[in-house]
Amino acid sequence: MSTRTSNTKEVVMKWVFTACACISILAVALICIFLFANGLPTIFEIGPLKFLLGTTWKPGNDIYGILPMILGSIYITAGAIVVGVPIGLLTAIYMSRFASPRINKVLLPAVQLLAGIPSVVYGFFGMVVLVPAIQAVLKTDFVRKTLGISNGKGMSLFTASLLLGIMILPTIITVSKASLDAVPESYYEGSLALGATHERSVFFTILPAAKSGVLSAVILGIGRAIGETMAVVMVAGNQTWMPQGLFQGLRTMTSNIVIEMGYAADLHREALIATGVVLFVFILLINVSFSLVKEREKNA
Amino acid sequence: MPESTITTGANPGEYSASRAQMIPPAKNRENRTSARVWAFVMRWLVRLAALVTVAVLVFLIGYILVMGIPNLKLSLFEWEYNSENVSLMPALINTLLMTAFSLAIATPLGIFAAVWLVEYAKRGNKMVKVVRLTTETLQGIPSIVYGLFGMLFFVTQLKWGYSLIAGAFTLSIMVLPVIMRTTEEALLAVPDSYREGSFGLGAGKLRTVFNIVLPSAMPGILSGIILAVGRIVGETAALIYTASTVAAIPNSVFSSTRTLAVHMYMLSNEGLHVGETYGTAVVLLALVLAINALSGFVAGKLAKGK
Repeated sequence: MSTRTSNTKEVVMKWVFTACACISILAVALICIFLFANGLPTIFEIGPLKFLLGTTWKPGNDIYGILPMILGSIYITAGAIVVGVPIGLLTAIYMSRFASPRINKVLLPAVQLLAGIPSVVYGFFGMVVLVPAIQAVLKTDFVRKTLGISNGKGMSLFTASLLLGIMILPTIITVSKASLDAVPESYYEGSLALGATHERSVFFTILPAAKSGVLSAVILGIGRAIGETMAVVMVAGNQTWMPQGLFQGLRTMTSNIVIEMGYAADLHREALIATGVVLFVFILLINVSFSLVKEREKNA
Repeated sequence: MPESTITTGANPGEYSASRAQMIPPAKNRENRTSARVWAFVMRWLVRLAALVTVAVLVFLIGYILVMGIPNLKLSLFEWEYNSENVSLMPALINTLLMTAFSLAIATPLGIFAAVWLVEYAKRGNKMVKVVRLTTETLQGIPSIVYGLFGMLFFVTQLKWGYSLIAGAFTLSIMVLPVIMRTTEEALLAVPDSYREGSFGLGAGKLRTVFNIVLPSAMPGILSGIILAVGRIVGETAALIYTASTVAAIPNSVFSSTRTLAVHMYMLSNEGLHVGETYGTAVVLLALVLAINALSGFVAGKLAKGK
């Protein structure tokens, strides 16, 4: 009798576990269905080309072109990668192959903390520190002349890229450090035995061996940067014009949603959801390329 | 120390090169100098990068603490929020509620899913692949997309309105992959001999999972939960259009709420109460620091347990 009840319990719980595992499948399916079902009809109502390639966003006149926001997202993400990848990768190299365990005991929690700081706090920091500082620097004659610009803004592509570059540092550092740590010690020893210095061995044998790990770190960084919302809203200026230059404001897809969803109605609201769909497609593409890189790593 | 390996590493090479007479001595010396300069530059470059990383962190935290701590007035912690005191107390309580509700939903689901992946699923099962793929996808989705989905599904479709519960469900989907992954790693780290021992004593699979495997994986699972708490506390974009921004302690799970991070965003957006915004930033940062310290403590315990 007791074995039978325990058997039913076993079977029931097995199904409970299986059902829980299916939740993530269900969640992804629901997210896809709800976003696409709400967004795609709108895109076709506006006209796919008009929506994706339209250069004007004027909800008041029912003109919905999100090319400025798509470009804005791409520019800011590229800027963040330019800032974040060199610093992050070099830091990862330092932590993995140069730093003593004692230094790493400080650095590791520091990187974790950097990852834990909420994006609003980053945004606030950017708003009260970076924006005024950059504004002040751009006001000086010397900088104006050397950069050849007449008027630059503190809330700009440059500031947003700088801030996002900082925000993606922990992602870049942890992922590339993990792949650098995974390179077999024999590579390094072989290089040393051939007479290379420590630095040369690290940069010319270990780093190339960790190439695909570094690549996946960059892809993850891109994903984080393109999806970041609050910090960008607070420092990027959010003008809906086509991006005008490094020191002018611009708007990303994410900030477009957050700024206007609060008061949008009807087609305007639908257009914002459609913006989210375009962003989601970007993220899915990034995800796919990430798993392709990982797959290649496994096969190599 | 790396410095010592450089000298020992360079010497044999130097020796064999001069022995072999392959490169003219003068040119050899030139190469060596440039190589040394290059190595020196690279060494300092990586140090500089690490220094920049730490300096950014120290400056950010230092700046907010220095500017914010003088602004921590008692009126910030008054029970009721109004535009006079700009109290963060309701938001703080809402954050705790939001964290509790989201974890209550996500933790059992995440742990059970990981148990299935590690203990039950057969190797090469196609569903395992799908589950992993979708979990990875969930991890890559930005919070604003979760916010949109939450708005479309929980708020509109299920007619829950802007509410604590809609926000909590949205966040629980967001942190589900975090809990799943850390639990999975923790379960995989439990030695098979534990399971074999338990089976050998006549325990069933279920008993083994609950009495042997899960308890010994506890520190790892806990660190995953703490990570999830960190994400929930700092989340803004996913909550603005699911839980909305009413700054009051909710009457029911269907009331709209404003967590601390959302509160902070609203304040800095309004730009009227700069001092209070700094104060709020300090409290938010202190929460995050505490959560981080806790996870460090748990990780330390984990390392000791091994």
